[in-house]
Amino acid sequence: MHGGAFMSAGTLGLIIMLLAVSSFFYGRRRAVVAADHSGARLHSVPSYYGFYVAIWCGIPAIILILGWLALDDIIIRGLVLAGLPDSMVDGRSPAEIDLLMATIRNAAAGIMFGEPPPEVMAAADHLQRLQALSRMAMTVVILSLAIGGITYARSRISPAFRARIKVEGAMQIFLIICSVIAILTTIGIVASLLFESMRFFARVPVTEFLFGMTWSPQTAIREDQVGSSGAFGAVPVFAGTLLISAVALVIAVPIGLLTAVYLAEYADGRVRAVIKPIIEVLAGIPTVVYGFFAVLTVAPAMRAWGADIGLDVSANSALAAGAVMGLMIIPFVSSLSDDVINAVPQSLRDGSAALGATRAETVKQVILPAALPGIVGGVLLATSRAIGETMIVVMAAGLIANLTANPLEGVTTVTVQIVTLLIGDTAFDSAKTLAAFALGLVLFFVTLCLNIIALRIVQKYREKYD
Amino acid sequence: MTDHAATVPDRPAFAGTGLHTSDAAVRRLRARYAANRRLQAMGIGAISLALGLLGILLITMVSAGWTAFFQTYVTVEVDLAPEALGLEPGTTEPEAIRRGDFREVLIDSVAARLTGVDDATARRALRDMLAAAAPITLRNMVMDNPALLGQTIEFRALASDRVDQVYKGLIDRELVEDRRTISDQQLRFYDQMVEQDIIAAPFNWRFFSTADSRTPESAGIWGALVGSFYALSVCFLISFPMAIAAAIYLEEFAPKNRWTDLIEVNINNLAAVPSIVFGLLGLAVFIQFFGLPRSAPLVGGMVLALMTLPTIVIAARAALKAVPPSIREGALGMGASKHQTILHHVLPLAMPGILTGTIIGLAQALGETAPLLMIGMNAFITQAPDSITSPATALPTQIYIWADHPERGFVAKTSAGIMVLLGFLIVMNGMAIWLRKKFERRW
Repeated sequence: MHGGAFMSAGTLGLIIMLLAVSSFFYGRRRAVVAADHSGARLHSVPSYYGFYVAIWCGIPAIILILGWLALDDIIIRGLVLAGLPDSMVDGRSPAEIDLLMATIRNAAAGIMFGEPPPEVMAAADHLQRLQALSRMAMTVVILSLAIGGITYARSRISPAFRARIKVEGAMQIFLIICSVIAILTTIGIVASLLFESMRFFARVPVTEFLFGMTWSPQTAIREDQVGSSGAFGAVPVFAGTLLISAVALVIAVPIGLLTAVYLAEYADGRVRAVIKPIIEVLAGIPTVVYGFFAVLTVAPAMRAWGADIGLDVSANSALAAGAVMGLMIIPFVSSLSDDVINAVPQSLRDGSAALGATRAETVKQVILPAALPGIVGGVLLATSRAIGETMIVVMAAGLIANLTANPLEGVTTVTVQIVTLLIGDTAFDSAKTLAAFALGLVLFFVTLCLNIIALRIVQKYREKYD
Repeated sequence: MTDHAATVPDRPAFAGTGLHTSDAAVRRLRARYAANRRLQAMGIGAISLALGLLGILLITMVSAGWTAFFQTYVTVEVDLAPEALGLEPGTTEPEAIRRGDFREVLIDSVAARLTGVDDATARRALRDMLAAAAPITLRNMVMDNPALLGQTIEFRALASDRVDQVYKGLIDRELVEDRRTISDQQLRFYDQMVEQDIIAAPFNWRFFSTADSRTPESAGIWGALVGSFYALSVCFLISFPMAIAAAIYLEEFAPKNRWTDLIEVNINNLAAVPSIVFGLLGLAVFIQFFGLPRSAPLVGGMVLALMTLPTIVIAARAALKAVPPSIREGALGMGASKHQTILHHVLPLAMPGILTGTIIGLAQALGETAPLLMIGMNAFITQAPDSITSPATALPTQIYIWADHPERGFVAKTSAGIMVLLGFLIVMNGMAIWLRKKFERRW
């Protein structure tokens, strides 16, 4: 059903584009003719008159098409539901109404399971009529809007008409709208997370979510089922996230820091020019590749080593997932540390050398203390990266919430839970799916705070030595 | 960089000159030099460890994945007599041909080359050595060209995964029978095939022309490639113009005030938001609220566009900033308006830098998996999508799906998919570096 509606909107959009292109040439021609007629000089270059007409032809029509596509489904759904007999709608839950709507849509598309009741068939008929009507109305309204736009813009064209000012004004609005998109995205993220989380917290109290000690989100499908009422205490999930991130940092911070110190203080220019980009390749490898690497190589190897020394390492241990994640975030630590170490003024190094310090002593007692705020900033950014990382833990960490500090056991993380709660589930009204949004909200908030603090620290540090 | 302590002599040159010559002083000095060497060695160790792990990762992927680029086939002569297929002689109707019994005929043709296929068990064992897709390929060949009926043709039948694994030496034949996926009987048939030279593993074109499948021997990456292409196209069409517009506004027009500061902080923070959060946004807004179809490259591309927007805006602003003011002043002096100055002079000069940033942003988007999982682009889809609104997978989500399959054959497919993905990333980043090198200019 959708496909059809989009196709027609697509063709319509294409027609509008063609119309806009030809109206550009039309407008430009008109301006030249008008100038020849009156003998006056045109205010703007002729193309601007063309752009003016094209804008009036295309922009309102395109906006209307997008608005139509966004809303027609919702309106048609409302009308179809209103047309149903009250007995079929009253007292139903939103999920049941969704299901009913899906049945009607399927019936309209000719997919029927068994013999649907006559009301459904009537509604399907109604739906088809409304959709055809909507598509026809859209075509008519939009074409007349485009042609009306051309007519209006054409009537304005005269040599004295300041087309360039108008076109530049329109462009200015476009520029502003585009730069506001970033803000809209943030608002969209916060609003959608907050909205769905509110619905979740209406069922599960905030305190239980934040401080509860058991996490088993599998709610019962039937009400009389036993044992799976669902528990949403997220502490084990948070603890698992922290455990895996800690393992990652334990690996990434020393390696990254030593790499940065060596590259900045010991290596000569050529070595640096080769090694630095190669280290940064680590940050460019897609995380799904790391995830597969963890499952295929690292986890079995750790299990085997553990068995050799008599330790029982779980197949999805926090150690394996954390180690691979550590490998991934090495460049985050090393690049930022390298930058801040290079930003330490040469005079400090020279002063230290003049006092007879060796290079290592200069690094340990002068450079690292001076660069510490920047390094801390880099580590915080790496932490936020580790907490928000998804694919490595989805593939290599566990699914079961397990409150432990032992990295040899399997734990689960916030991102793993979000993915497992939402994959393959379209019903948006169970506590299970809504819990994913509450977890997302926590994740967004924590990473945002870490980023802001880290950027502040790095910026302050830069100002200090600039 | 200073040169002090570049050379560390065993015994300092000034030893014995009267100052600090006690043995204790010399020992202290040696210890300090040793500490310096230790730090240097640790630095080299850290770098070697990181590079070594990167090397292990790449070698693992290549060694696990290269076999997937070859696929085992059994070549036999098939007699396409209509009677044997259970068809009316002389029929050319595709629908009638569809009902023909191609599987039995194909097995008959293979059995004719072997000895020992004399009962139903043996036939079943032989059937399991051919891919389920093999008779379908044969059927489609005949449906496309009904003139083949009644002829004897040479047909290359896709072998099943177990035969493929044996041919590539990935199954240990010495294992006890019930610990391997191929039976002793099947191994005997296999050995006869090798003896008669009717089994071979040519380059696996099929991998690059089919979509996902339940069986590893027929699974291919084409569907995912098309899905990724559609999603990246949508992402590019949305993010490229918008990012340039935003960068032009922020860099050239915006007054310096709270409002523009807010936009700037916002863009920097968006670049660091975990990708899965963008997936949640896409699910809640695009799919739930606007009712766009699930699993569609359209929605995937829109989510990826929101993610790449900050990257491109930041790169574009840097590129615009690098264009010297003299260009702007020159254009303004010639009577161009501010918009004309930017569109005709500044933007073209900044374009290489913007394109470099865009390619890097798109390369990131190509490898992004988590947001696509959220909007359902990890469905099981056996056909390449035919539009941006039909259900599809993308390269990274296809890799994720295959990584979840327990069959041995899918390990190679997953690694091969990773090699294809990394290949695209190398090409894209190489392009970005080339652009930067070629058009880099100092004013």
